[in-house]
Amino acid sequence: MKNNISANENTADIKKKSFLSDNTREKLRIYWYKFSRNKFSILGLCIVLISIFLAVFAPVIAPYPQHVKEFVDYDKAGLPPCASYIFGTDVFGRDIFTRVIFSFRGALLMSVIVLAIAVPVGVLLGLIAGYYSGTWIDVIIMRITDVFLALPPMILALAIAAVLKPNLTSSMIAVTVMWWPWYTRLVYGMATSLSKEYFVKNAELIGASKPYILFHEILPNCLSPIFTKMALDVGWVILIGAALSFVGLGEQPPTPAFGQMISDGARYMPDLWWMTIFPALAIAFIILGFNFFGDGIRDMLDRGR
Amino acid sequence: MENTLLDIKNLKVWYRTYKGYAKVVDGINLFVNKGEKVGLVGESGCGKTTTMKTVLRVLDSKVATVPEGEILFKNRDILKMKYNELQQVRKQSISMISQEPTAALNPVFTVGSQIMDIIRYSEQYKDYSKSEMLSLAVKTIKDVLIPDPERILNSYPHQLSGGMKQRICIAMALVTPRELLIADEPGTALDVTVQDQIHKLLKALVEEKKMSLIMITHSLGVARELSDRIYVMYAGNIVEVAQTKELFKNPLHPYTLGLMECVPRLYGGGISEGIYGYIPDYINPPAGCRFYPRCPSAMEICEKEKPPTVSVSEDHKVACFKYH
Amino acid sequence: MNTEILKVKNLKTYFAINKSSGKKQYVRAVDGVSFSIKEGEIMGLVGESGSGKSTIAYTIMGMYRPTEGEIIFNFNGKSIVTKSNKRSLEFKKNVQIVFQDPGSSLNPYHDVRQILSLPLRVHKIVPKDKIEEKIAEILEMVELPASFMYKTPTSIGGGEKQLVSIARALCSNPKFIILDEPTSSLDVSIQAKIINMLLKIHREQKLTYLFITHDLSLMRNISTKVAIMYLGKICEIAPTEIFYKSPLHPYTQMLLSSIPVISEEEEALKPKKVVSTGEIPSPVNVPKGCSFHTRCIQCMDICRTEDPVIHQVSEDHFVRCHLYKS
Repeated sequence: MKNNISANENTADIKKKSFLSDNTREKLRIYWYKFSRNKFSILGLCIVLISIFLAVFAPVIAPYPQHVKEFVDYDKAGLPPCASYIFGTDVFGRDIFTRVIFSFRGALLMSVIVLAIAVPVGVLLGLIAGYYSGTWIDVIIMRITDVFLALPPMILALAIAAVLKPNLTSSMIAVTVMWWPWYTRLVYGMATSLSKEYFVKNAELIGASKPYILFHEILPNCLSPIFTKMALDVGWVILIGAALSFVGLGEQPPTPAFGQMISDGARYMPDLWWMTIFPALAIAFIILGFNFFGDGIRDMLDRGR
Repeated sequence: MENTLLDIKNLKVWYRTYKGYAKVVDGINLFVNKGEKVGLVGESGCGKTTTMKTVLRVLDSKVATVPEGEILFKNRDILKMKYNELQQVRKQSISMISQEPTAALNPVFTVGSQIMDIIRYSEQYKDYSKSEMLSLAVKTIKDVLIPDPERILNSYPHQLSGGMKQRICIAMALVTPRELLIADEPGTALDVTVQDQIHKLLKALVEEKKMSLIMITHSLGVARELSDRIYVMYAGNIVEVAQTKELFKNPLHPYTLGLMECVPRLYGGGISEGIYGYIPDYINPPAGCRFYPRCPSAMEICEKEKPPTVSVSEDHKVACFKYH
Repeated sequence: MNTEILKVKNLKTYFAINKSSGKKQYVRAVDGVSFSIKEGEIMGLVGESGSGKSTIAYTIMGMYRPTEGEIIFNFNGKSIVTKSNKRSLEFKKNVQIVFQDPGSSLNPYHDVRQILSLPLRVHKIVPKDKIEEKIAEILEMVELPASFMYKTPTSIGGGEKQLVSIARALCSNPKFIILDEPTSSLDVSIQAKIINMLLKIHREQKLTYLFITHDLSLMRNISTKVAIMYLGKICEIAPTEIFYKSPLHPYTQMLLSSIPVISEEEEALKPKKVVSTGEIPSPVNVPKGCSFHTRCIQCMDICRTEDPVIHQVSEDHFVRCHLYKS
């Protein structure tokens, strides 16, 4: 009977390769099970996929791609939603639907770039400060972080965007500057407690280098909250970006952006309501989607359940 | 039987997981007589705590289901009781002491107010005046051999040591008269000397109040000290039951034997090799005897069929084909 | 064989805590401990939680800075004296530790191969292309199949995790291993397996162990020498045979009498007429005089005022108690 068991292990040894992929498939199955338990997560996933699809294929999908450049057609100005212009047209006769789709592009691009810069910076600083918690390294990094967290984020972004030229780049710089401290805070807390865990102590006692401990022992254990926060943050970055562009500090006309479209439309409320309502709904749609998606990611990566 | 207080018949408890049902408790039979101290011994993950939580119906009903079996408490099935009836049983008849005294006490209320709550909502003492309640609380604390009860009543759980907290938990379980006390490893989280004190106290109190006790433990030594009769549990099955003396004199089931060999002895002589292997997967358990993959004296029949429980002598039952 | 591999001289580890009154207070986790371990020995360090037994281990490993005292290691005739918490790479190669909690001592995001290759790479035990071979060899040493290296800690049981921790400690061919309650969170059947494994490795690799535990009956079966700790001090230290035949310190007797046993023969070995009372006080407020006098049934007047010194009762048997003052 004991031989029986070891024989099983031998076959496992031979079939190592297929065994591994089984393992991965099993993992994916668990992830999907956890993710799909909440139906809103699936809705969120659909919205996210649709948003990405719209953003990538905007020039193909949009019925009037020329409407995002310099374009005026007063004959068709201010048309309400109809068959050829499903979201209606604005005061220059441009198709709102086309401009909303192109706004997706700008908004998602902004989120991706902002997070691509803010997350690595914030995470790295948080890791270092957390691992050396209680020393002067921790004090310096965390006090600087606190300064950034203490400034009201919108005002900071407004100030930065106002000093620089008002365009998409400077609004991205502004949002990045106000975004990284949140990741530092998040990772700092986890790294502080993880560095007291015995597997980290053991790596130290074995004599592993500091970068190895930071990036191979501590970082992998922080990834799931980071990913969850990133998924949720995509929506929030879009919202902040829209707010900046609403006050005229984002993408400049004629290139469309959600905030700018809403602020343009607001002047013609309530007569040309479609100019405001559709971009606003688009923002709500995308933020809701990323929030549901983020919740799903959190459930999926949660080890407890 | 007249004398039987709790009678668990063919109880099964399953947990819902993403892979299917985990059949954690697999048809166990267990009874407790009035005034009897029963030990339930098994290794971690064998389902002993699950069984006892089912008795009080405190399992999360979202994940745990009871597909079969009945739990007769004084000939009434706990599993079929309405909420009000169940609350009566919980209030008047059965209480439980958990493994973690720190988790069992609320950190934001004083010990006194937590004990007073139990008195205030009990059936027996709800008409007492405030001072009567207080003196009852003081008496209970004195019963668990804590000096200076007034000071203890006014302190918060974090101000007390682990042993003190476990004493408070025992006091809370015994403040109103009960018929059955379920103690879930009350000494495991404590130091050896304190554990010894707690066990002795528990034994003395249960005997004095003529209650029944179910002692859940993973240690054969603890079960030997505290119980009259011992059930040995493995992977959701009761594999052997006997009077304490008989069990230690004449252990029969291969699992019981293996377990006894593993315990380090005070007279030295080394430690046996242990029992080969690990507890089985509960989702797809072995079709026959659940101990079969680890059993040193396994036979062909063990793989296919579940061994029925047979009586070797009066009060000594074992679930193994060896004694069939 | 009789060289001392580790010698600890008057080791003290205090931790400062800030009281709300602003006055600095100290937790005397380890308070003047001296002992030595000969090559090939298994020394058991026994005590209740809060007695400072783990703090000694962590101070030896360099995880805490000792407040006072010396730690002297002897490897191949070369002695390393340390008074701080810095440890050389050579020390780290020769001295390893296995922690109590197998769940927390393995990184849940690494597989066994990654976990075991770290010490091999850091100490350059084998060339890079031979690492997997060596891992298979070490896994075989703890009787795990080679396919085990592709498993992650989350998918294996507690006993197997502890075996992997032991395998990791063996990777760098150490001379000395500290075992910090390696089996206290495991079931007895698995404990038996792991203890036998540790004893086998001890014989085969000619190792020296410092085994920290609270389980006196376990120590009876594996150690060559036992030391009992109470509130940061060693109460009694003796070779195992003598220790269990004639336990002298009242605290040792209390510990022995508290053990739940499973046979009459063992019951007979427990000291009679000893009842365990009280609990270990907080190491912040250590009682004056002998720190054990609050729980001691043979407490005398002198015990309340004067801290006893270590007395030698027989050749290797030392007791720190006024009762045995010669």
